[in-house]
Amino acid sequence: MKDTILTPDAERMNIVIVGHVDHGKSTVIGRLLADNNSLPEGKLEAIKAFCLKNSRPFEYAFLLDALKDEQSQGITIDTARCFFNTQKRQYVIIDAPGHIEFLKNMITGASRAEAALLVIDAKEGVRENSKRHGFILSLLGIRQVAVLINKMDLVDYSEKVFNSIKKEYGAFLKRLNVEAVEFIPVCARDGENFIKPSGKTPWYSGSTVIERMDLFEKEKDRENKPFRMHVQDIYKFTAEGDERRIMAGTVETGEARPGDEVVFLPSGKKSRITAVESFNETQQPVLTAGQAKGFTVDTQIYIKRGELACLASQPMPEVGFAFKANIFWLGRKPMIYGKRYKLKIGAAREPVYLEKILNIIDAAEIEAEQDKKQIDRHDVAQCVFKTVKPIAYDLYADNQRTGRFVIVDDYEISGGGIITEAIRGEKSFADSHVEKREFSWQKGEIQASERALRFGQTPKLIVITGPDAAVTDTFSRLLEKRLFNDGKNAYYLGMPAIKGGLDSDMGGEFDRDEHVRRIGELARIITDTGAIFITTLTDADDFEIDEIRSLNRPSGIIIIDMGGNLKEADDLVQLAKDSTLDGAVNRVKAFLLEKNIILEYYL
Amino acid sequence: MDKLEKLEAQGVYILREAYKEFKSLCMLWSIGKDSTVMLWLARKAFFGHVPFPLVHIDTHYKIPEMITYRDRLALEWNLNMVYGENADALSQKLTFPDGNADRIACCKNLKSEALKYTLSGGWKRYRINHATGKYEEDANKEPYTGVIVGVRADEEGSRSKERYFSPRDRENDWDAGDQPPEMWNQYKTDFAPGTHVRVHPLLDWTELDIWEYIRKESIPVVPLYFDQGKGIRYRSLGCWPCTKPINSTSKNIDEIIEELKSGKLKNIAERSGREQDKEDGGSLETLRRDGYM
Repeated sequence: MKDTILTPDAERMNIVIVGHVDHGKSTVIGRLLADNNSLPEGKLEAIKAFCLKNSRPFEYAFLLDALKDEQSQGITIDTARCFFNTQKRQYVIIDAPGHIEFLKNMITGASRAEAALLVIDAKEGVRENSKRHGFILSLLGIRQVAVLINKMDLVDYSEKVFNSIKKEYGAFLKRLNVEAVEFIPVCARDGENFIKPSGKTPWYSGSTVIERMDLFEKEKDRENKPFRMHVQDIYKFTAEGDERRIMAGTVETGEARPGDEVVFLPSGKKSRITAVESFNETQQPVLTAGQAKGFTVDTQIYIKRGELACLASQPMPEVGFAFKANIFWLGRKPMIYGKRYKLKIGAAREPVYLEKILNIIDAAEIEAEQDKKQIDRHDVAQCVFKTVKPIAYDLYADNQRTGRFVIVDDYEISGGGIITEAIRGEKSFADSHVEKREFSWQKGEIQASERALRFGQTPKLIVITGPDAAVTDTFSRLLEKRLFNDGKNAYYLGMPAIKGGLDSDMGGEFDRDEHVRRIGELARIITDTGAIFITTLTDADDFEIDEIRSLNRPSGIIIIDMGGNLKEADDLVQLAKDSTLDGAVNRVKAFLLEKNIILEYYL
Repeated sequence: MDKLEKLEAQGVYILREAYKEFKSLCMLWSIGKDSTVMLWLARKAFFGHVPFPLVHIDTHYKIPEMITYRDRLALEWNLNMVYGENADALSQKLTFPDGNADRIACCKNLKSEALKYTLSGGWKRYRINHATGKYEEDANKEPYTGVIVGVRADEEGSRSKERYFSPRDRENDWDAGDQPPEMWNQYKTDFAPGTHVRVHPLLDWTELDIWEYIRKESIPVVPLYFDQGKGIRYRSLGCWPCTKPINSTSKNIDEIIEELKSGKLKNIAERSGREQDKEDGGSLETLRRDGYM
């Protein structure tokens, strides 16, 4: 066999090999490497000689084991990922463990693959992990699955055995909406039906393994879908004299060009693309699927990383608080109701709660187990999730890349899922919570109106937000003092005070989402005493304000925006950036008077 | 998109994830071809800027051209260049060239230990001053909790099992048997206080990919990789007492690529010129457990 010379633009394809333990994955890989001349010279002969000497039948699995042992001595072949070339392209073979304990490794390997070879032992037939792996491939979105029915020599190359497994497993895959592209009868040990058609299966007229691999298709039409880019970050390297403010990210699907109107979701902010930005290349006229570049826009809009950039002229993704999904759970601890998890979807990270388990599906049998109250390790579940802030996504059926997510529990990626259905018009998590909370809130004998009359004020939460914590703090102190001197019952508690006290259980990392929730709950209590409660939140976004607004109910809120990033609202005061502190306090006081929050008495 | 464009996009994505998620982040720059490609990817990711320090462990036995090249690029590319060293071992001459340590012990002293205490901030770090072009003691003693490393899966056995984001505990230990799952492009970016993370943007690259990308982007590399007329060149760079050139007449990048494609080097390990790898079977594994890259 000759070495294949590949050009730099040659294709590379990742293929994962899965299957039940001992059904022959290693042998398949060893055979692929040997048949494609990707083994170190003399290695194969040496192992064969060793087997002969020790009167053991030669197995390719020995070869892989031997390679593993020798890896530390410098031979550059590995088993977790092996590289080899055919005439058509280069392959990266990902060896996925068959054992259930290593399911997370199997998932890690498989989620990098574009196609899969699933190995089933002809004699043992379809086993638990044959099904489990098939199910997971379907959940991961791998649609190209070829099934190798291996060890055909053990069943005398029986067409009947082959057909019966094909029928059984084909029906199983069909239920998952996966169509096996081909079933191939093989004997990996002897290389039957690997490179050339085997004389032992005259009844089989399909492709050989290598032919089949070369027939797998690369992802198509990615650039023809609506434009979607998760904004991974926003860069401005002013210190190095670079004034560009670049929205950076990887384009999931579609294309965008300078002049196109972009919408960032969930915030809904809009702007136009000025230029495609990249490094060490000429100005590009188009930003296309797969590229990890960036763009600048023509207006000064404030958005946060994690938003989904779309084009205004194209179909919009879903934006909402609730969705239905299929997930597989890998966490050591079960997924339970009432616990806050972290959702990572695209570049967004948001708190998420399990709202309802619809079905737990036994991955090996595709049968629903009813009435489970939690999702256990290795379960596949159909369920409803609810987020605290709205998230932007597509249904998985419309766009795999924007319709899949992972769930983090206790620092670990503990589950992965795909969104199957949008649930629209759902109340936000905070709103549903407040409904329940207010129902059980025990009130004393004093009415809110009685307190308002005594203090001459309507209890309110005043949130001061802006880019500079020192400025919002100074302003808050001044406002508190002025209101107090006017005889009002005003109380300021700044972000550092809350961090050091209420938030002191957070451990190492400051958990802003939880902090926001606590401000909301704290405000509910303090405003219930009739006080005006002033607090600060650096760089708040509209969704954080919405959440606090909900949690603080039934008391109202006033937002003082010193950064100019929040959308206009009746309860919001935008302060001009150049206003003096005194001027700003006067402006806020006038607003409070106008809204009858504080009253001035003229006797 | 072709193979190189895809690898580039993936590397850029990983670097941006790392920059977003880790406050105290640095990139290890060995001056070799791989980590120089990685540095280039950082310039791609951040549009010409490199917003974190580049850390080099100086054993003071590096081939001199490597240090010249390092400092030239540091100034040209406006890099936040930092180096660290094992000052004690050097002053006490506990090294292989001094005859007071075998190769492995020397690597452990000058590389693993130096790396460990440079990352932790326990030993002095030196930072380049762009005004003078000289190194000065770095005032920043904070530990780096995120370290970007240019390992490739095809280099050596244990590396093929690596994740893109790989946690290490306080002792820098790597538990290869129990690694976090990585699904699609979602990696482990949440860490309990006290854990460190190694980030590997080049995991899916091969030696050939590296050279093809260097050619495509015209990335400057140390001339030691090319035959200067003596029929030898370095395939992998390290300390001069322990790094031997290979027999090869490749005088430029095109010829290296041809040589790699021809299969001439197929059965010779990339690091075969690195003598320390030969001292014991699992040396790289052992060193890696100690934090060596």
